This record gives sequence, C-alpha cells and structure tokens, in this order.
Amino acid sequence: MSAFKLYVPGDAAAVALGADRVAKAFEKAFAEKGMDVEIVRNGSRGMHWLEPLVEAVTPQGRVGYGPVKAKHVAGLIDAGLFEGGEHELRLGDVEKIPFFARQQRFTFARVGLVDPASLEDYVAHDGYKGLKRAVELGGPATVEEVFESGLRGRGGAGFPTGIKWRTVAQCPPGQKYIVCNADEGDSGTFADRMIMEGDPFTLIEGMTIAGLAVGATKGYVYCRSEYPHAIKAMNVAIKAARKAGYLGKQIAGSDYDFDMEVREGAGAYVCGEETSLLESIEGKRGLVRAKPPLPAHKGLFGKPTVINNVISLCSVPFILANGAKAYADVGFGRSRGTMPIQLAGNVKYGGLYEIAFGVTLRELVEDVAGGTFTGKPIRACQVGGPLGAYLPEHQFDTPFDYEAFTKIDALIGHGGVVIFDEDVDMARMALRHGVLRGRKLRGNARPAELDPPAGWRRWTR
Amino acid sequence: MSTGYAVSGGARGRYEAWTPNRGTEIISDHLAMEGATLPILHAMQEAFGYVPQDAVPLIADALNLSRAEVHGTMTFYHDFRHEPAGKHVVKVCVAEACQAAGGHVTSEKVSKALDCAFGETRPDGQVTLEPIYCLGLCSCAPSAMVDGRLIGRLDDEEIEEIAAECRA
Repeated sequence: MSAFKLYVPGDAAAVALGADRVAKAFEKAFAEKGMDVEIVRNGSRGMHWLEPLVEAVTPQGRVGYGPVKAKHVAGLIDAGLFEGGEHELRLGDVEKIPFFARQQRFTFARVGLVDPASLEDYVAHDGYKGLKRAVELGGPATVEEVFESGLRGRGGAGFPTGIKWRTVAQCPPGQKYIVCNADEGDSGTFADRMIMEGDPFTLIEGMTIAGLAVGATKGYVYCRSEYPHAIKAMNVAIKAARKAGYLGKQIAGSDYDFDMEVREGAGAYVCGEETSLLESIEGKRGLVRAKPPLPAHKGLFGKPTVINNVISLCSVPFILANGAKAYADVGFGRSRGTMPIQLAGNVKYGGLYEIAFGVTLRELVEDVAGGTFTGKPIRACQVGGPLGAYLPEHQFDTPFDYEAFTKIDALIGHGGVVIFDEDVDMARMALRHGVLRGRKLRGNARPAELDPPAGWRRWTR
Repeated sequence: MSTGYAVSGGARGRYEAWTPNRGTEIISDHLAMEGATLPILHAMQEAFGYVPQDAVPLIADALNLSRAEVHGTMTFYHDFRHEPAGKHVVKVCVAEACQAAGGHVTSEKVSKALDCAFGETRPDGQVTLEPIYCLGLCSCAPSAMVDGRLIGRLDDEEIEEIAAECRA
C-alpha cells in the first residue's frame, strides 16, 4: 500500500490530451522526491474540457486538478496536492462541478471513480450485485426484470431489450450467444468507448446476466479496431474476471456457465449493423443479412443470439441490483431510464452527460454544453449520427425521447450530439455526409440501407 | 507504480519478415477459435506489418475455406494492408464532429506538412497518411493518431510535432 494515491485518467480522450505524458512526469517527479505514490489510470469523469483531470486522494477526499499538462507537475507537487493544496488548476471535489452534479449516473456511476483494471475496486463499488440478484431470480425472472425496466436498445433503434431477450430465452435449449455491438462508428459518439475503458467489468457483468437470463454460455464483444484502449481494457478485465471465477464454469459459485471474448473489427463502418457484425465475427465479409430470420432465432453461427449495444448491456447490472422500478421511475413517456448523452463537435464543455430522458436539446447544448467552443452562435446540431438529422435552432425544445424525435423525422440514435456554429457550410456538410456515407458503406449495403439519411433529405428539401 | 491499461507508443516498430513457417505458426495459434479468419488476419498484420498474399492459401487450407473466401474477407476490410505501410502511419479523423471543429482545414495542413496525400505512402517510404472515420475523441476534436499515439485538439503546434516525428 502506497502512502499516496493519484488518479490520472487512462481514457483515450484524456490520453489524446496528454494524460500519458502527465502520468510519466508525475512518476518521474515522485521517484526523484522519494515519494511513494500509487498512480491509478482511471476512466474519465466525462468533463473532457478539463482533461487531463487528475485527482489526488487527500484526507478530505478526492481533489481534482485540471487540465494538467506535464509542465504543471512540479508546481502541483509543490502546492501539496495530497493535502488539496491551492493551485490555479485546483477544481476541488469534481463531483460538485455543475456539469457532473446535475447528472443522473446510473450506468456510468463508476466511470472515472474506479480503477478499471481492478476487480476488487469494482466489487467494492457495488459491482456484481446485479449478477448476484440474477442468480437468485433465475433466468425467466431476470428477463422479466429487464422487460419491466423499460430498457430500450441504446444503439439507435430503441427496440425493447426485454423482448429481444424473451425471444432468445424461448428458443429451445442448446448453443446460444450473447453478442455485444461495440462497433461505435458514428461520429459524435464515444459512450461505448468510455465505459469499456473506464468500467469494463460493468459490460462483463451485463453480458453475464444476459447469458444467465436466456441460457447462453458464450459471449462476444465486437469492438472496432479504432478503439485500441477499449480493447486492451476489456481484455485485462476479462482475464481478471475469469481468474476470480466470474467467468467460466459455474460463475460466482452458481450453476451457470458463461465465458466471453473480444473480437476486433477491421475498419468496416457497415459492421455496426447487427447482421453484418455477425457475419464479421464468423470470419466473412460484413454483408448485411436479410431479415427474417431475426438474429434472436438464427444469429451467430445460425444459433439464437442476443445482440445488444454496449450501453444497453451496461444498463443491466444497475437494473438487476436496484430493481426494474428504480430504473423505470425516471424518464419521459415510453423512454424510461437514463441516456448517456455525448456532447461533441464545436462545443465549449464537451463530454459525457448521463441524464433521464425528457431533457431538451436546448438545455443540453445551451446550458450544459455552454454553446460553441468558438463562441459563435449555434447553427445546428447533428443528433444520432449520420442516420439521424441536423436539427436547427427552432427544434431545440424537443425533449430527448424516442417518440418525440421520431415525430420530427429525427433520431436519438446513440445519443451523440454534434454542435456546429454559424460558420458551418451546411451544403458542404450534407454533401460530404452523402459522400462519406456512400464511401463508408462501399456499396455493400442493401437498398434499404442506401436510403438517404434524414439529414440529407432535410437539406435537399 | 502506475496501474491501468494505457496503451501508448504504438504500432511502429520492426516487423518480422514473412516466412511460410511463421505464417503457419500464427494460424495454428488461432485454430481453436470460432470464426478465426479475422483474428488470424489481424495477427498476420501485427507480425508482418501487412497480410502477405502467400498467407491467403495457408489460411484457406487451415480453415477449410476456399482461397476466394479468404481473399474476399481480407479485401473487404480497410484495415488489412496488402503491402507494408510507410515507416510512420498518420491517421487523421475526417468524420463530422472533427469537421465541426475545423477538421477540413486541419487535415489539409497535415497533408501539406507531411508532403503526402491522403490514402498514400510518400515515395521515400517515410510516412503513410490515411483518413480515419472517428476515433471516439469527438469532444476534443479534431483528432489524429500517429503510430498509435492519440492526439486531440490538433493544432499547428501538434502538426509541427507530427511532421518532426515523421522525419525521424
């Protein structure tokens, strides 16, 4: 046990802003001063304008400093960061920063808080409580619990997760699979990446519960190759879970078997579509399959398969641990629970913001995100990725709700919000959009998928 | 000591020279997997820096597939190289969030600083420049990846640093 503890995010966004250099500079400085400090590479708290945001453990709790560059390290040590010493970068308790304090962190509760490589830390922060309850409930009751929570697919389609699970559970016993779609390819989305990097055990637990619920013994996470940090974090966590008996035969002392592995994509955007993703895991070209049959009936290797997005599966441990009602109690209309919203593009306060459905786009982009980074007025927001729409200012009062967005010919999709200022050439963006999309799909999609996205339709009108 | 999982540094480094024996070895390491084709292709590229054409029949034989099937899979995915890349690989994100943050100007600057067009390897073999469609760094755009090292809020200073790295 070291005398001191310092959190320096290992999240890819923090790393892209210099976190590795900061960690190295601290390590070197501590060594020179003979200070015994444990440096934990945690996930990101989601306030990306403050990254790298380091947190020192002090007698008064964790005290944040940011954004830290390697050149600040000596000054921070001189300021006495382990006593929460004054410094121009001092942020105090980061959970009191309004951007963080206003959130409802159900799914992202542990991200940024825990050491993502430590199973002990996960368990100490309510990890595996959901699995424990699922084991007590048994498969069928676990499926119903997820159904009751009202959880809908967070990858974009918004299909009720409980119904997918029921369908697979009702298939005759035999080989079944749980597949996690971590091919987060749409620009403006990074929630999957953040949770896999910052709290990978949550995804493992969610997939394990899914396996138990429907009678599947094997899971695959199909992660895009553009996310090397996430792949690494998942593999480290899977190994630790296996070693501790949370994966493998008779998981956590129960009668259930479940194991899983990560499969790396190879730069094909279309593989985010669930059937082409299955083709890709099978080792084939990522061509979209005709439906029916549904993957729930004939999925991976022709076997019944639950295929869910990362955030859908990561919502499951909370639902099981706290009960369906605790989740369903928040939300708006038929959109229950919380949505991890990603604020990106030309944004002042960008990052991850988890909140109950019903928040309006205006609150998000004007209050929470603080408008644009350039300080110019917002021209439009792209919501839901390339398949979603560009929303102009007069639609900003639309509440975040699957149905409300459908009504205005838009999509919540994955909850990515990309902000553009008035300098954006919408015609060029739309054109680029069409070109990009065509190129990304490379003519491999079926005609239905080649239907112009809503953003494009809106513009051409 | 720092714990965690940060992967830094990166893809650069000396690759092995292709030999059929080494290829066979890589294949047999993966035979127990379901759907082993992609993992084998990734492993080949990691070992050799690209997927040698001679590996295709070996993979096909081992997995009981036709050569056409393996070739079809390999050519479908952008990641798999058919020939070695330059000494340095620079990937610049060209997706929407990075565009919103001025990415179109930045990417042109990178191309100019490296004297290399997108999708090409400079004739001296020093650098390959590629577009990438989202690194998930959309809240700190524009972004890039240089030999596996991530860069957010790409500015002129960073571009100069990249150019210097690629001269080495």
